[in-house]
Amino acid sequence: MKVSYFPGCTLKNKAKDLDAYAYKSAAALGVTLEEIENWQCCGGVFTTARDEVATKLSSVRALKEAADKDQPLITVCSACHNVIKQTNHAMQTDKEFANKVNRYMACEKSYAGEAQVYHYLEMLRDLVGFDTIKAKVTNALKGKKIAAYYGCLLLRPNRVMQMDDPENPTIMEDFIKAIGATPVVYAKRNECCGAYIAMESPALAEKSSNAIVQNAKAAGAEMIITACPLCRYNLIKNGADIPVVYFTELLAEALGVKEDTNE
Amino acid sequence: MNNQNLKEEILRMSGVHPEKCMRCGKCSGTCPAYSEMEYHPHQFVSMVDNGEIEPLLNSESLYKCLSCFACIERCPRGVEPAKLVEAIRLIAIRRQGANHMTANDVPALLDADIPQQAIVSAFRKYSK
Amino acid sequence: MQRVGVFVCWCGSNIAGTVDVQAVSDALKNEPGVVFSTNYQYMCSQAGQDIIKNAIAEYKLTGIVVCSCSPRMHEATFRKTAAAAGLNPYMVEIANIREQCSWVHKDILTGTEKAIILGKAAVAKVNLNAPLTPGETPVTKRALVIGGGIAGIQTALDIADAGFPVDIVEKNPTIGGKMAQLDKTFPTLDCAACILTPKMVDVAQNENIRIFSFSEVAKIKGFVGNFDVTIKKKARYVKEELCTGCGACTEKCPMKKVPNEFNLGMDTRSAIYIPFAQAVPKVARIDPDACNMLKKGKCGICSKVCAAGAIDYTQKDQYIEEKYGAIVVATGFNPISMDKFDEFAYSQSKDVITSLEFERLTNAAGPTAGKLLRPSDHKHPHTIVFVQCVGSRCDSCAEKGKEYCSKICCMYTAKHAMLTRDKYPDTEVYVFYIDVRTPGKNFDEFYRRAVEEYGVKYIKGMVGKVTPEGDKLKVQASDLLANRQLQIDADLVVLAAAIEPDKSARPLATMLTASMDTNDFFTEAHPKLRPVESPTAGVFLSGACQGPKDIPETVSQAGAAASKVIGLLAKDKLTGNPCVAHSDEMMCNGCSTCERVCPYGAITYEDKEFRMPDRTTKIRRVASVNPAVCQGCGACTVACPSGAMDLKGFASAQIMAEVDAICK
Repeated sequence: MKVSYFPGCTLKNKAKDLDAYAYKSAAALGVTLEEIENWQCCGGVFTTARDEVATKLSSVRALKEAADKDQPLITVCSACHNVIKQTNHAMQTDKEFANKVNRYMACEKSYAGEAQVYHYLEMLRDLVGFDTIKAKVTNALKGKKIAAYYGCLLLRPNRVMQMDDPENPTIMEDFIKAIGATPVVYAKRNECCGAYIAMESPALAEKSSNAIVQNAKAAGAEMIITACPLCRYNLIKNGADIPVVYFTELLAEALGVKEDTNE
Repeated sequence: MNNQNLKEEILRMSGVHPEKCMRCGKCSGTCPAYSEMEYHPHQFVSMVDNGEIEPLLNSESLYKCLSCFACIERCPRGVEPAKLVEAIRLIAIRRQGANHMTANDVPALLDADIPQQAIVSAFRKYSK
Repeated sequence: MQRVGVFVCWCGSNIAGTVDVQAVSDALKNEPGVVFSTNYQYMCSQAGQDIIKNAIAEYKLTGIVVCSCSPRMHEATFRKTAAAAGLNPYMVEIANIREQCSWVHKDILTGTEKAIILGKAAVAKVNLNAPLTPGETPVTKRALVIGGGIAGIQTALDIADAGFPVDIVEKNPTIGGKMAQLDKTFPTLDCAACILTPKMVDVAQNENIRIFSFSEVAKIKGFVGNFDVTIKKKARYVKEELCTGCGACTEKCPMKKVPNEFNLGMDTRSAIYIPFAQAVPKVARIDPDACNMLKKGKCGICSKVCAAGAIDYTQKDQYIEEKYGAIVVATGFNPISMDKFDEFAYSQSKDVITSLEFERLTNAAGPTAGKLLRPSDHKHPHTIVFVQCVGSRCDSCAEKGKEYCSKICCMYTAKHAMLTRDKYPDTEVYVFYIDVRTPGKNFDEFYRRAVEEYGVKYIKGMVGKVTPEGDKLKVQASDLLANRQLQIDADLVVLAAAIEPDKSARPLATMLTASMDTNDFFTEAHPKLRPVESPTAGVFLSGACQGPKDIPETVSQAGAAASKVIGLLAKDKLTGNPCVAHSDEMMCNGCSTCERVCPYGAITYEDKEFRMPDRTTKIRRVASVNPAVCQGCGACTVACPSGAMDLKGFASAQIMAEVDAICK
């Protein structure tokens, strides 16, 4: 299976692991990630104002390329996923906005949100199947108690994201089960780590992140997994004393391809 | 712009219907940035509805919202307070010289591990 | 040719405000057959009716058209007026120029133009009307009550008290419904069991009442006065007539770990069980999903210990057919699932419970024998947070919850909070509310007592997130009046879940052809004036199946429904609707299409001898309508391929005449 892939700025810099393990694991699962040509940064956050057009164009370009190739568009970073999926939804539902975008881009064929956007986790669940992953796991992470940290961007707003129940999600827990480990459910798994407020009020990010780690540990977690580089940064920066790792790293480990060198 | 025009501009940008609010306060009950805010999510809704925009435009609260959408997700009336915060913040920083964060501010805020994502996000939220 | 009179009503300013009534009566004067046309302020008033009566006599009218409100409102009134003046009541036609015209138009020109067109259509129709005489049908003097909660119980007792036999069909093994699960009842704090169980016993002992417990309505045919109902008596694997309710079987049953639904899964029961001590009928039931004998054919202990020989592992579902004159729906409510509201961590902690679960936790017959202990560790909770309006009053765009106010939660939460403070004064009790709604006799006083005498902390605001951590529930909420966010370490969180109609209501409504609203509450015939009747004749509504209701209101409505049933059953005969289908035998080709589409089973086929033009005789199969059963729905007239079926009072020719008049 060939899919379009949008890595995003951080995955080519501070979060190279998230990207590298995504490639290795995909290859092991028979999925070819075709990187969007000349992709541009999504901007990190979706601007909900309907009159913001320019900030959403990079997402539309990526979406359009995937749609033109008739491939699903895969994202890994929670922030990219949120921005791209929300932009796609705006292209589908907000005609005035979509008109402005299409006039600006002046492409031959206008774009109306035809692309299918999947987060890598959704790709695992819906396109590959957790059962398939289970079958391909060579190095099951048995006995490991892992807390899934969703944060806010993967799940909300649910009307647009449609990934899972926004208050009681299970996709990451199912992923953890698929790689042989034991999921730990805790209430703060869908609360915000503080995100970009780390730049503005580090104390708030610290308070939010601490509460999350503490809640996960109280529930018995030995490790936290995330899909978001900023979540990982905030949790670690603010003193998480259990490992916080990217889910793709654990996937690569379970599939036995973690040490493979990239081709 | 007078307050009425500002209110209309905010409602148009955000697509929010503040009149749907039933004053339950769940947005403020769920907000992780509440303690940092001078005006809280439920106040954004009622103040916009009442046309009291200036105090909001000048409040630091605009820069404390995390855009985590918890208020949007949990509002029983579908009001979406965070979209009001976003619209007002944009009106504030679109004014000339009103950027809340400039490129010159950034180097001092960095450490070795901070992901690019944090910088672009903050920049998008705080400056034009 | 008819001599038609036209009477245009102003309905005060309701019609005259957006329709030029003078122009309407003037325009209709020139329609074919019209010999008299006038308008008046209130045509339904005595003076207005006199105008009609006098005109019928003076102008020798053979048909009249009243341009007024919906025929649902006053068709019967004007038919009576016509009859009083010696005119056949079916020579009256109503043009609805209010609901379908003046109320929906703002512009007087448009409104007037449309009113004239509607009037012309009615004149065109009345020109083709023929006098009709209704037939009569007998009434089966027995009522069916569907649902055996307090609503059904009260309705059945009241009907039985008037001397009519009543059957209660209850889907659970016992009657009693939700009220049987409650602890105390507001605002007087009587114990629910103390006031309910005597009524349950009354039901059991009443000679006029039969209880079909663990039964469901499987099929309903017929119409007002003559319903044919099939009741499915589900296999309970215990012979009801032999079981004495001694309970020996439940004690000896080895399968003891089955979640007990009566206590909402907070404790366990055996595979053979009696739901609770005061169950009516007090008869055991075997749960086939838990019983080893039924699943694997191994065990049989209950059968060995039953002195009465009541156990029957081979029992099958039984179908009973019965006739009824009236049907009362009393299917009740349930709290909604908390699945979509996990910001309150209901699925994550045993100590986040619903209000109904709280009832069981404080009930002397509940899993903790009435001691308020938290489900997780059976410790006494010292800080309790009650959350109101969970899933109620949600906007449809919030995509979860219900749009309506569930009505009962403010009062039961005040009760829970008050009783907790009364019994355990060392407990801190917080109630988060959006509005406190207590409009009932002694209701607001009750709520104020909770605050002023019992020290319950009412906080205007909503809980945003509950985080279970260690043995605490961290509650984050807003206090709107103090404009602050609260963090409370609670031991127990109680959610006032919205209520919704029981899931059995929707399929039942389909069987009854009774209408429902978008929330699956049954619709009443008129929200103010006919609140306990369904628009479907002979179907009545009792209790929360019609909308959220507390016990006092449910009991009042149950009595009201009973009085309507008694009024119906007291009649020996019902005047039927003469607007029924009839078949032109010469055109009928015997295809049976009409028989298949008839929802009432009113059409049969018979072989009839016909004399042919060549003087031979021929046997032909033709449709025949039973006018006592036909409800005049018209399904057969559109299904009939040869045009043989027609409806009296709504003949195809009449409807085409109306269409022509409108399109002219």
